[in-house]
Amino acid sequence: MNAAEKSNGMAATYVVYVVILAQAVFQVVFAFEMGPSLVLMMMIGVLQGSLAVLYFMHLGQERPSLVLALIPYTIFVLFMLNMIWSDSFRLLHMRPH
Amino acid sequence: MSQANLAVDPHAPGVMEERPFAIPSSKLVMWLFIISDAVTFGAILFAYGYVRNASPDWPTPFEGPSIWNTLLMTFILVTSSLTVLIAVKAAQDEDRARAFRWTILTAVLGVMFTALHLREWMDLIGKGVRTFQNPWGAPMFGATFFSITGLHMAHVIGGVIALIAVGLIYKAGRYSAKHIEVLSLYWHFVDLVWMFVVPLVYLMNMKR
Repeated sequence: MNAAEKSNGMAATYVVYVVILAQAVFQVVFAFEMGPSLVLMMMIGVLQGSLAVLYFMHLGQERPSLVLALIPYTIFVLFMLNMIWSDSFRLLHMRPH
Repeated sequence: MSQANLAVDPHAPGVMEERPFAIPSSKLVMWLFIISDAVTFGAILFAYGYVRNASPDWPTPFEGPSIWNTLLMTFILVTSSLTVLIAVKAAQDEDRARAFRWTILTAVLGVMFTALHLREWMDLIGKGVRTFQNPWGAPMFGATFFSITGLHMAHVIGGVIALIAVGLIYKAGRYSAKHIEVLSLYWHFVDLVWMFVVPLVYLMNMKR
């Protein structure tokens, strides 16, 4: 990596830093004004997390085989955790109010 | 190849097999730790969602000052991710003094984050929130709040200790830029987890 590329790398980092902070401010202002929306909050969280992984942790610059070894399995495990929701709703409807 | 060369680089071509994924082993181990920790945080956040969904009287105690405090904490943590990146860049440029300064600044930001977090905890404890009781509703609120934020705070405190230790050893010349870079991955991960803790634990429990 030459000096110009390194400089560009840090420039991108500063832009991503500002974008992540702007998203955090938007998240809070939206929650105050419109009430918190779980779907929107999660979408912003995923976007912030993806930017952090790609530009702060530089995973995008590693070999694709490393990305394939790490990310799909993590997403799969987190996705499978969603199986708890049916029991959570069952518990809500079965409890005495 | 001489024994001296073997000692310097055991992964040199023709000596041993190539490094997996062409990255240092320490970096690979950190990535494996990060994904296992991500699943740990994922599981604890899903458990919180399970309990919250199943509780009709879940409290929503966080008012304006708490939320602005959280936004300030976010600003500090994201800024600390930037400072650690500057430290990595300085270390890669072989500027040890500059890399050390930015590493320590990152640790200071971590301490500030922890102080603000503890202030939030003290405020809630002052309002009567305990692990299994609170004045507002579902008793599990305290258990989930303190578990999630406590686990995250433990990661921040661990990171601060590691930043100071690695920074000092790096300054003494016994560590290389690689060590700062590997530690920075952990610090970014702590930042990443906070991006999910804020909306799920604070914003979804805002007083309306």
